[in-house]
Amino acid sequence: MSKSLKFAVATLLACALGAPVLAQQKDAKAGPRYHIGRAPTAEEIRGWDIDVRPDGQGLPEGKGTAAQGEKLFMDNCATCHGEFGEGNGRWPVLAGGKGSLTSDNPVKTVGSYWPYASTVFDYVRHAMPYGNTGSLSVDEYYALVAYVLYLNDVVTDQNFELNKETLATIKMPNEQGFVMDDRATSEKSFWQKDPCMKDCIAPVKITGRAAAIDVTPEDGKEKKSRGVE
Amino acid sequence: MSKMDSSRQSRRSFLAAGAGVAASVLAKPAAAAAGGNPANQPPNVPEWTKSLGEGVAVRPYGKPSKFEKDVIRRDVEWLTASRESSVSFTPLHELEGIITPNGLCFERHHGGIAEVDPADHRLMIHGLVERPLILTLEELKRYPRVNRIHFMECAANSGMEWRGAQLNGCQFTHGMIHCVQYTGVSLRTLLEEAGVKTNGKWLLVEGADAAAMDRSLPIEKALDDCIIAYKMNGEALYPEQGYPMRLVVPGWQGNLWVKWLRRIKVGDQPWHTREETSKYTDLMPNGKARRFTWSMDAKSVITSPSPQAPIRHGKGFTVVSGLAWSGNGKVKRVDVSLDGGRNWWPARLDGPVLDKALTRFYYEFDWNGEPLLLQSRVQDETGYVQPSKAELRKIRGVNSIYHNNGIQTWHVQANGEVENVEVA
Repeated sequence: MSKSLKFAVATLLACALGAPVLAQQKDAKAGPRYHIGRAPTAEEIRGWDIDVRPDGQGLPEGKGTAAQGEKLFMDNCATCHGEFGEGNGRWPVLAGGKGSLTSDNPVKTVGSYWPYASTVFDYVRHAMPYGNTGSLSVDEYYALVAYVLYLNDVVTDQNFELNKETLATIKMPNEQGFVMDDRATSEKSFWQKDPCMKDCIAPVKITGRAAAIDVTPEDGKEKKSRGVE
Repeated sequence: MSKMDSSRQSRRSFLAAGAGVAASVLAKPAAAAAGGNPANQPPNVPEWTKSLGEGVAVRPYGKPSKFEKDVIRRDVEWLTASRESSVSFTPLHELEGIITPNGLCFERHHGGIAEVDPADHRLMIHGLVERPLILTLEELKRYPRVNRIHFMECAANSGMEWRGAQLNGCQFTHGMIHCVQYTGVSLRTLLEEAGVKTNGKWLLVEGADAAAMDRSLPIEKALDDCIIAYKMNGEALYPEQGYPMRLVVPGWQGNLWVKWLRRIKVGDQPWHTREETSKYTDLMPNGKARRFTWSMDAKSVITSPSPQAPIRHGKGFTVVSGLAWSGNGKVKRVDVSLDGGRNWWPARLDGPVLDKALTRFYYEFDWNGEPLLLQSRVQDETGYVQPSKAELRKIRGVNSIYHNNGIQTWHVQANGEVENVEVA
């Protein structure tokens, strides 16, 4: 069928179905088009296109070392995260926690938990320093990330140069620590035909009370911390 | 069923005293015992009947009655390090029906509330698309609109309860959820306008706030039922909910519903951002963590009575009110137990039962004044039955933080007070 004939048939069909023709036109690969909005310029995309993937895609030109990152970390990060990434108060712990994931008190840090080094760069560049987002140069972000990796013994040479090539080669200790959502199989028993209605379990007793822990906020009252999360 | 009890009045008086009302009310006549100022009660004519009230437009944007001042979002101060990266909770115990008022929708920010000037806001769509696109809010509004009612639940809702009953109020145990009607543009419409290339399998969605929150979204979901919303319950999104535009990802964890949405990039792989690796992954007892646990399993909770909403009327006809929902479809049924899960009774669903929306249920009974272990249990249309906390812990341990959809137990005491408990 010729292109013009195809268009005529499509138009007829659209009319027959009462579909509005308006400014829409059928695109070869997709649905209707509305021609609302414009194409961004290359410069506009460049300014906002800051995401980074584990394979290194998106990493900008630049470089930095842990040695350079140490002072930046002290000036911009240590107030919350502690000088060694140990975390102040309830601020996130960045380092340590190795081998703790099966314990009663897992400590999930960059070194003990995060699967990809690229995530550190992506996150820090998106959201840090806290309250001063995006205030550092690309080289400074590389240096900071190098220092955080150094705190976690992922980078052991403080003069190791982190850049778009080297960052993508870094393997994180817990990369294999993740599995895809498997609830549909591992929790298959939660799907039932008819839920039990009578004498489903033996009589129960109260085994725990929120009131005994006493950490619930009450209007106008101070409450102590149990520091759970 | 609603047999009146002759000793009801004295029971009410007793409870009022227990609830902190001055003990002197016990000696007053019946009307006074119910509280308030007798001068405004029959046979007297109240003050608001004797004089004119405020005229129209004195309150150009209406607010709830001053007597409802306690119906507010609350936070748990010790939970987080700063209010700018924290959470506040919906007062579920005070609400009815399925729609959450805009000003009471729980908040979760990672860098505070961005106060975005809509004139300067832009949504950019780029990456693996035929025609990269940049839109103003006004341009977004020119696209065909859809209206959808959906719940939005933080994956960490009830996350403080994994190790046992901790917070005494369903606002705190279950209040990281809200349900509103969104108006916006189907994400599919915009992706078709941009023309996703055949190798476009994932979207990066990113906000314009001080955390510039970014997440990966699979293309199947993006083309299914996601919306870029600019209205909630008929009016513009509130700043704390992402004004001027946010992503709506029906049935999936709230963290994906990026607020202040500024950018959508199409790619061929996920990005493994901080919010889908370090956070929002569920650590299992074997030390492995589940990732991409997007959907929110079926869950329910009794909102009243609950610790912040005790039974103040004494024994007699009692309405149990609650909410049920599922990220995998519609609520099929809800059952209520008065004895901690040994026996169950069907609850009545009332109002609309919508896909991936809150559903209101009621269980009405004649309370004999004896203690209760109240529970609710939902089954969704896929057949999934909300598990007990014990069943969940058996599989997931207690360190997964997210996706705690276990059955909640409220202990109703003889005096009508209610507490959060664990049973076994």
